Amino acid sequence: MRPEMTAIAPGTLPKASPRGSAARARMLRGLLPALSLALVLIAIAWLNPRAISYFGFNLMLNLAIPIALATIAQMFVIAGNELDLSIGTFVGFVGCVTATWLRDAPLIGILVLIGSIGVYALLGALIHLRNLPSIVVTLGMSFVWQGLAILILPKPGGKAPDWLLSIMSFKPPYVPFPILAALLIAAVVHFGLMRTSYGVILRGSGGNAAALRRAGWSLLKTKIVLFALTGLFGVLSGMALIGITTSADANIGNGYTLLSIAGVILGGGEFVGGRVSPIGAVIGALTLALAASPLLTFMHIPPDWQVAANGAILIIVLAARVLISRRER
Amino acid sequence: MKKLLVLSAFAAMLASGTALADTSGKKIAFSNNYAGNSWRQAMLDSYAIVTKKAVDDKIVAAADVFTTADKEVPTQAAQVQNLILQGYDAIVINAASPDALNGAIKQACDAGIVVVSFDGTVTEPCAYRVVVDFKDMGKQEVEQMAKFQPKGGNLLEIRGLAGTSIDEAIHAGILEGVAAHPEFKIVGSVTGDWDQTTAQKAVATILPSLPDVVGVVDQGGDGYGAAQAFAAAGKPRPTIIMGNRQDELKWWKEQKEKDGYKTWSASIAPGVSTLAFWVAQQVLDGRKDIPHDLLVPYLAFTQDDFEAALPKIKEGGVATHEYTQEDAIAAIKANIK
Repeated sequence: MRPEMTAIAPGTLPKASPRGSAARARMLRGLLPALSLALVLIAIAWLNPRAISYFGFNLMLNLAIPIALATIAQMFVIAGNELDLSIGTFVGFVGCVTATWLRDAPLIGILVLIGSIGVYALLGALIHLRNLPSIVVTLGMSFVWQGLAILILPKPGGKAPDWLLSIMSFKPPYVPFPILAALLIAAVVHFGLMRTSYGVILRGSGGNAAALRRAGWSLLKTKIVLFALTGLFGVLSGMALIGITTSADANIGNGYTLLSIAGVILGGGEFVGGRVSPIGAVIGALTLALAASPLLTFMHIPPDWQVAANGAILIIVLAARVLISRRER
Repeated sequence: MKKLLVLSAFAAMLASGTALADTSGKKIAFSNNYAGNSWRQAMLDSYAIVTKKAVDDKIVAAADVFTTADKEVPTQAAQVQNLILQGYDAIVINAASPDALNGAIKQACDAGIVVVSFDGTVTEPCAYRVVVDFKDMGKQEVEQMAKFQPKGGNLLEIRGLAGTSIDEAIHAGILEGVAAHPEFKIVGSVTGDWDQTTAQKAVATILPSLPDVVGVVDQGGDGYGAAQAFAAAGKPRPTIIMGNRQDELKWWKEQKEKDGYKTWSASIAPGVSTLAFWVAQQVLDGRKDIPHDLLVPYLAFTQDDFEAALPKIKEGGVATHEYTQEDAIAAIKANIK
């Protein structure tokens, strides 16, 4: 995560390989997340054909939207060679704010949520200026968010604002809402991070920080922007989650930290080097959401083995990704 | 013709009374959020025994168990949604959160699925709740204490996991009991988290600052730890209410054999999962008169019958009771009033 690691990063980029094979490798890498998603979908269709329908996709994928948003949030920090171990509890904190203040006193709720994005931006500045390991800072922050969430909502409860409930239960014609939302998230972030010039700078801060600095770009600013974007998508994730569950619990997002990291990696991202893919990350999140729950439920595994089987599915899916990336090198 | 009508009416009556034929094609799923302690293991064991028999007897077509890998709410919400897709007719659920699963529970109800929650109940109005009368259990603890300590005296209270509805209910019951028995006075209160080790530490810490204590009122899973703490401090052994755990009943037996020690034991039976199963079956059977909130009794042992139960409990386990269809019908009847 630190500069000495950043310095190594450029070396891991494809080197002397001819243009054509590099492009092919990149394409394979880009197709891999989609391939694993297709595989999981085929397995589900085979196990339970009823699930492959408008109604089925709605049910199976609506909880994947908050996971996809949290994965995008994690992707931004990973693009800057950092990790965010607090995203899960942050989502829980946002959920508690959403189910209480955002409903009862919308102005305070909005201010608190914007303020929390500000805190994320400050964290980015702190990590850059003091040269702190982000794992330590965000691990500490995870307890802060959890504590705040329990303060706001000591017992599970609260209720999502009505407008949020109606957004999340929106039923467009033909295409289920979760799929539409996933396409939208992927398209917006892909355009912003991969197609704009400042997006290149943001990814460059993870790829080759030294070169960026020499070219006169502020690394402080890129870090602040990356962390603020993480905060923004964390807020969206928490709100989406509460829009689906209708009510909050201080521990509701705890599982998202590891899911989001796994989603980024499954989607073709790398921990270092600013190599991330927004489209891949969204697909990775969908794959994880489908592989972990529907696939498992439909397989009828004896209860004693279900927990282990869940872990095994994740390992298989991630291992397939590692195998193919290794061949690429 | 008239005879036929009477006959068919009679047949209909019979069918609705026995419930055997009507649910034979129905599938009931059990959504469970955690399996990692002795209570939950006993809950799953009881459920497996009863449902296997129910499936063999063709009372229901299937009764599958699904446990989530983590204790997280979203995981269980997703699980419930998948059970809807699987086409189950009813879902029995021990929920990770009383409120945060309501979205998924509502989707299940909207899809025409019967949802019965127990232990970890849900607040969504469309679901059924099988609730153990914990408040009465707390009150009964003091009532029993009054029998063993007729002169009254100082009590020590051990609380359960803070912030849970169960802890609140038992505590409220104990306060009510003390109000009805002014000869008792609660002189100290510690948090035991329903765990022997935690309770032992907490009791050992507070003991030196307490006057003489005649009794300990607690919530189960903490009685043996309290006994150890009193013994270690060299204090006289008070009347400690037990909570149906194997180590607690074993200790009670040892004390009884030594000097006729008397106490009482009560807790929620893990087998309440089977009661929830039968309630789901009854709803599927077409009964419309079942209240959505069902208060059911807790499992208690007295001086006379605890020794008979002890050998049946696994080492480190907790006493349970597998409910029958008749038990469920009786419990429903008691709640209709």
